[in-house]
Amino acid sequence: MDQNRAPIYEALERFRKMRIVPFDVPGHKRGRGNPELVQLLGQQCVGIDINSMKPLDNLCHPVSVIQEAEELAADAFGAYHAFLMVGGTTSAVQTMILSCCKQGDKIILPRNVHRSAINALVLCGAVPVYVNPKTDHELGISLGMEIEDVKSAIEGNPDAKAILVNNPTYYGVCSALEEIVRLGHEHGMKVLVDEAHGTHFYFGRNMPITAMKAGADMASVSMHKSGGSLTQSSFLLIGENMNKGYVRQIINLTQTTSASYLLLSSLDISRRNLALRGEEAFEKVEYLASYARNEINRIGGYYAYGPELINKNSIYDFDVTKLSIHTLDIGLAGIEVYDILRDEYDIQIEFGDLGNILAYISVGDRKQDIERLVTALADIKRRYAKDKTGLMSNEYINPKVILSPQESFYADKESLPIRETVNRVCSEFVMCYPPGIPILAPGELITGDIIDYIIYAKEKGCSITGPEDANINYLNVIKEEG
Amino acid sequence: MDLWFNDEHTDSVKLSIKVEKQVFSAQSEEQRIDVLETREFGKILAVDGDIMLTQKDEFIYHELLVHVPMAVNPSIKEVLVIGGGDGGVVRELVKYDSIEIIDVVEIDPLLVEVCSKYLPEMANSLNDPRVHMYHEDGVRFIRSLNDEYDLIIIDSPNPYGAGEGLFTREFYGLCYKALHEDGIMINQHESPFYTDEAYMVQRMHERIIRSFPIVKVYQGFIPSYPSGHWLFGFASKRFHPLNDIQDNRWNMLGIETRYYATRLHKGIFALPVYVERLLKDAE
Repeated sequence: MDQNRAPIYEALERFRKMRIVPFDVPGHKRGRGNPELVQLLGQQCVGIDINSMKPLDNLCHPVSVIQEAEELAADAFGAYHAFLMVGGTTSAVQTMILSCCKQGDKIILPRNVHRSAINALVLCGAVPVYVNPKTDHELGISLGMEIEDVKSAIEGNPDAKAILVNNPTYYGVCSALEEIVRLGHEHGMKVLVDEAHGTHFYFGRNMPITAMKAGADMASVSMHKSGGSLTQSSFLLIGENMNKGYVRQIINLTQTTSASYLLLSSLDISRRNLALRGEEAFEKVEYLASYARNEINRIGGYYAYGPELINKNSIYDFDVTKLSIHTLDIGLAGIEVYDILRDEYDIQIEFGDLGNILAYISVGDRKQDIERLVTALADIKRRYAKDKTGLMSNEYINPKVILSPQESFYADKESLPIRETVNRVCSEFVMCYPPGIPILAPGELITGDIIDYIIYAKEKGCSITGPEDANINYLNVIKEEG
Repeated sequence: MDLWFNDEHTDSVKLSIKVEKQVFSAQSEEQRIDVLETREFGKILAVDGDIMLTQKDEFIYHELLVHVPMAVNPSIKEVLVIGGGDGGVVRELVKYDSIEIIDVVEIDPLLVEVCSKYLPEMANSLNDPRVHMYHEDGVRFIRSLNDEYDLIIIDSPNPYGAGEGLFTREFYGLCYKALHEDGIMINQHESPFYTDEAYMVQRMHERIIRSFPIVKVYQGFIPSYPSGHWLFGFASKRFHPLNDIQDNRWNMLGIETRYYATRLHKGIFALPVYVERLLKDAE
């Protein structure tokens, strides 16, 4: 297919020239009714904030330009079909699960999934079978699933309908995707891949294998992360064993009927850009990230880790565009470095957890900004380095699932002071954000270790979200009989 | 020939200078560099469309960067210049026989080449044997240094382009680390007049006072720069720019200048009230 085409963008250009008189929504009518909005976003932008209509197709049931854009995207990503998503990668992950699991069905997944995956279980009533992701104890990051663990989860739950894989993780760790797909298919399970952080795998050279190449059935790709499209836009990719019409129906259960053309056109243009120039762009990103890694490791104290971690199992492969840095050896928690960078150096990075920070490197970065980041890290070490005793590293706490996420979410609950919740069943999420991976999910047993962890993370300045009580002094637990 | 160069001072203010001819123009990896011949200002060096210096008034800027710290500590031996590939700062520095090392970190080799061809009265100084030129990002250069220099001069372009990193807290912090225990850092400190630059003045001042115990600001008048009213920063670990000035010793050196004098030195730290307030607010 001709990847120079961008059908939605082209349709919008034609539409602009036609100077159609709008007697339809949106009511701002190309911005005329809201000059302050035009001032903020610009005429170009509000001028294409328009509604679905015949020349522009309709995302709920694409027949013309959106359909073409989907076909071009499928071609670019090597998928059987691609859906344009406007509800974030969250909506793509939820669609994957809702397409494969019904009430009571089992799904095998690592516990360090994004909240969107467990939210989907609340929606459809599927039951999670967690595979313990391996943890690197030095770095305190959770890794991929080991093949042996996936195998035993499959053998213990041959009736499971699907396996969900995080690939890569936020930190850039990849699992043995082909092997997991083979195992899953052998046992009649669908293999779903949360590829939110892996858009560039489809275009860069020498990148880890992509979900579609590995034969996965569905993959959620955050175009707005490494792909360059607008926030909230995303692709859902499917393989040939999926029923495209059924997946579309699932999407339409929760997707808006007024999809934004800003998001749709940004997907269209970004896909074209990646198909035409992606390889070159990601080569630059790779260069910047590895330059930064070398420079940071020269400072001493920090450890910017890279492909040397690969062990062909729990770290099957590593995404070299990721710049993850271990900070505990200078005596600071990752979240502390994250805060200092923003408050004192005007540098915003992606996230900090207890032991690491992640700086997101992309096509938009300049060498001089990398120099600033590295220099700021050197200065932070000069000013703040101290002994590391007393610092806690991230730990994977193996959850005990007592009830399904759905049952516990809707069960009668009570609110208790956090210290008094030990040995009770949690009915809500608790997570550090970012990366948005739950410490507790609905239906899991609360333990003393978990409470200590939450309180420590809060003290260090992690932003903890999920519970009804925004201050996290109370947690909702399931009411006990009598 | 009615050819005019417009230097935008703000979005709505510009300085127009009639150009006799364009002497040079090229895009380097870092920036666009132009040399223009004008009747009033002589040759003009423009980077990314902004005036960097003119032959007519560059002496004011360069003398203020160099002689102020040298009169406070005439024993300075090791000097680092960040930026300054045009050689203007170095031309003033090589007037001191006591200086032993002048390291110049200029990221853009093309700038040096262009200046040595078209502005040799400044750039020839770079051939002095005490000068070592490094074509590197200043931010990167400073990162690994510890206790190396008596004086660091930050001759940076404006804070919005390639030189952005030279206006940051981390950079000033690492300059502190790279200086000896009685070291001095001098920086061009933008103009206090127009709104955007005035905000930048505050930001820079706020960042420098967090790194150095003694921080003072002084001023000069450079007609070709936006508003003409320009500030400079004096940040130091031990020396106070007024209390510690060594007038006699400096005057005995017989350094030839056109703008700087020790009697002027005492006046340039006296700032207009609105500028004092601007700085005070930043503290």
